[in-house]
Amino acid sequence: MQAAEHDAVFTSAEEQEKWLADAMALVQHHAFYMHRALDANNIRDVLKFSAQMLSELRTSKLSPQKYYELYMRTFDELRQLEVFFREEGKRGRLNADIYELVQHAGNILPRLYLLCTVGSVYIKSKEAPAKDVLKDLVEMSRGVQHPIRGLFLRSYLSQISRDKLPDIGSPYEGEGGSVMDAVEFVLQNFTEMNKLWVRMQHQGLVRDKEKREKERSELRDLVGKNLHVLSQLEGVDLEMYREVVLPRVLEQVVNCKDELAQYYLMDCIIQVFPDDFHLQTLETLLGACPQLQPTVDIKTVMSQLMERLSKYVAASPDVLQEFLQVEAFSKFSHSVVEVIDAQPDMPLVGAVSLHVSLLTFVLRVHADRLDYIDQVLGACVKKLEGKGKVKDSKATKQLVALLSAPLEKYKDVVVVLKLSNYARVMEHLDYETNKVMTVVLIQSILSNSTMISAPDKVDALFELLKELIQDSEGQPLSDTVDEEDFQEEQNLVARLVHMLVNDDPEQMFLILTTARKHFVQGGPRRLQYTLPPLIFTALKLVHSLQAQDLPEEGEGSGSVSLKKVFQFLHQMVEALAMVPAAELSLRLYLQCAEAAGDCGLEPVAYEFFTQAFVLYEEEVSDSKAQVTALQLIIGTLQRTRVFGVENRDTLTHKATGYSAKLLKKPDQCRAVYICSHLFWVEDGGTIDGERVLLCLKRALRIAHAAQQMSSATRGTSGPMTLFVEILNKYLYYFEKGNPQVTSSVIQGLLELIVTDMQSEATTHDLEVDAFLASTVRYIQFQKQKGDSIAEQYASIEVQ
Amino acid sequence: MVLVLALGDLHIPHRATDLPAKFKSMLVPGKIQHILSPGNLCIKEVHDYLKSLCGDVHITRGEYDDDSRYPETKQLTIGAFKLGICHGHQVIPWGDLESLAMLQRQLDVDILITGHTHQFKAYKHEGGVIINPGSATGAYSSITYDINPSFVLMDIDGLRVVVYVYELIDGEVKVDKIDFKKAQGSS
Repeated sequence: MQAAEHDAVFTSAEEQEKWLADAMALVQHHAFYMHRALDANNIRDVLKFSAQMLSELRTSKLSPQKYYELYMRTFDELRQLEVFFREEGKRGRLNADIYELVQHAGNILPRLYLLCTVGSVYIKSKEAPAKDVLKDLVEMSRGVQHPIRGLFLRSYLSQISRDKLPDIGSPYEGEGGSVMDAVEFVLQNFTEMNKLWVRMQHQGLVRDKEKREKERSELRDLVGKNLHVLSQLEGVDLEMYREVVLPRVLEQVVNCKDELAQYYLMDCIIQVFPDDFHLQTLETLLGACPQLQPTVDIKTVMSQLMERLSKYVAASPDVLQEFLQVEAFSKFSHSVVEVIDAQPDMPLVGAVSLHVSLLTFVLRVHADRLDYIDQVLGACVKKLEGKGKVKDSKATKQLVALLSAPLEKYKDVVVVLKLSNYARVMEHLDYETNKVMTVVLIQSILSNSTMISAPDKVDALFELLKELIQDSEGQPLSDTVDEEDFQEEQNLVARLVHMLVNDDPEQMFLILTTARKHFVQGGPRRLQYTLPPLIFTALKLVHSLQAQDLPEEGEGSGSVSLKKVFQFLHQMVEALAMVPAAELSLRLYLQCAEAAGDCGLEPVAYEFFTQAFVLYEEEVSDSKAQVTALQLIIGTLQRTRVFGVENRDTLTHKATGYSAKLLKKPDQCRAVYICSHLFWVEDGGTIDGERVLLCLKRALRIAHAAQQMSSATRGTSGPMTLFVEILNKYLYYFEKGNPQVTSSVIQGLLELIVTDMQSEATTHDLEVDAFLASTVRYIQFQKQKGDSIAEQYASIEVQ
Repeated sequence: MVLVLALGDLHIPHRATDLPAKFKSMLVPGKIQHILSPGNLCIKEVHDYLKSLCGDVHITRGEYDDDSRYPETKQLTIGAFKLGICHGHQVIPWGDLESLAMLQRQLDVDILITGHTHQFKAYKHEGGVIINPGSATGAYSSITYDINPSFVLMDIDGLRVVVYVYELIDGEVKVDKIDFKKAQGSS
């Protein structure tokens, strides 16, 4: 007879403690009498008191945790009982009789506990076949339908029967049954336990749902233990597992339609059974996944499985054959699709993270199969079709994980570029995330020093980096963009250019034109960052073409030639100038001019100089900028040997003209005396001593004018710095042997300086003093040198 | 013993991605007391990197430097030596040692650190020493072809300075050294 089943309404912890204490006390009480009966070999009393003791387990008041404590206490006592029954057997009593005797116990729960205890001894004695006893017990246990009581009872049955199953190689095999019987027994116990466990979900009040689930969690291992037992059976080989165990277990898992049970049991199956079983039954196992409740976190289950199998192949690489044989990847990718289709309410983040798990699996197991990886990306793209830019941040995060995984694995962007679906996945990222991804890509290239040498790969790469390189619809307004961030990003792109390298000039030029194609779509704000590195790369190409000694014109329209590269350069600098970026473009025109000069291309060099001068005249108006620009123009011109007399004169004339027109007198003076070097180019250039002297004299005049201006406005004529500088220039040409620069000229200038410096009208300046002193030291040193230098200097007198 | 690092003309990112890895692994923070750079870094990230190596960084303006606040020239004293820095695009003809010597006289320094040509030079004359550490990244130059990345480390000890030049040739770092002694009692 079954005690009335009350709804399990467990009350406060205090009450629980009290009830447990009460129950334990009673157990103790009955156990005492039971022991007395045991000592007296009084089986009737033994049974009577043990039944009373076991009645305490009929309670409905205890929570699972507390019930467990009570159960354990009772369990200990039952061990004593078992010993007694064994002794009885030795004393000649038939187990069959005891088995019959215990059935007289009044209530079903105690009766069944006693039956199990006797059953244990019964089987061990081999009086009856193990399979019969087991079958009897597992079926009779149906009499207890209360979830907690039933679970513990069946758990007891499981515990005491563990070592008595008719497994292969066990003493109970043969007469006692076969492993099939053992499996049948365990499966039945498992099924019934699961049913009881699931039933707990539907008891009690709706508002206690959370508490119930917590309590169910505490009991789950009782159910799972059965699977563990199955896995330990010797006789459960692959075939038995595939034909009997797995289908039956999955049947129960699917049919119970309980979220908690399904999740736990799937996980249990995966953990408990060996990896090669899973590999061989993959289709069946995965087949259950779409049939599970929609609320089950199936992606975690599948990830677990994929993770386990990845580890499996990592530990024993020769298993890889098996993976290919059973088409593990194919099955997984189908399953992913099926699961997603079966759960139309699955949020996007769930679907994407499934793909991430699958991709992780492929990267670990089939790292050489780029086609598999592309397939996974493609499946994800299909899922994203029509969704445009993904707005959910969690899903986006998973997409980034999906994209980063191959990058981290191969550390080589070139490999990633081979994945045709990669770009398509990126298109679904929102603007900001896409940019983050592009930065990740570039940083991967830079930190791994990946060189990209194929023009088509360069093209593919820039396609991926689209959002960084070009203006697009999704981008925020320019006034909201952080300037520093923008600069950093564009500088990254600039650095990237130097990783695009190919030794073959043809290919290199193709890379340049490909890069240009993308960069020119970047708008004026980007060009000043992206074009200069391209320009310098082209200049490097010029150098390497020079080294190869190719003819000026390449053969055929496709081949690269110096002319083609200079045309490219011209276009690039022109585009930069239009941004506008005058100072930068001026410098780059000069770089190109010098390069063209070194190649002997006079008209090209002249054109570049012209452009530089035009920029100077029209765009450079800041005084300081003009000074530097002029220094660069003169410095470049001074080195250029390619020009004929006419061209050279024109350019030189312009340069000296600009120099004289600088705003501040000191700047003018310096620029003019620097121009002197334009007329003294050694090693085959022009040497014109007179023009040099003219420049120096002009510089002196300007220096004097500066003095006068200063006197007029400030009362003193200013420091003599310029004069000392010019003096040094005189010495320079004196030593070079310019006949126009005689020692008397120098002497005169020297005395002028010394006198003026002593005058009150001159501003006293320590730096000028030091400069003059070191100049004088220099002269003295030269006088003491051997050879002709000393002779030259002999006529110059210094103090 | 005072360690002074001289490096310049990196031209990041216009002409180079970064310092060579082998150089980077040698340049460890905390070992160097001063950094002198003639310029052309060109961006703030490079300046920050140099600052991470050593707190005392002196930079002069190269014609491609982003930061226009760097001075045209700089002078400082380290131990017994007076040092001067100037990028060198202002001194014409470029790379001409006599013209650079004139600048050295003007700045009144024992050691002049200069750049622009991307070619390592250590020139000793009666007025002192002119050092061009070359380009630390081996950046393109219209003046010099076939450049190897290089930089200079000076060990200043009393009146003596040992100049170590590090050059990256075919993937290997080669070191050379030059000794200079300052005349006793010179200003």
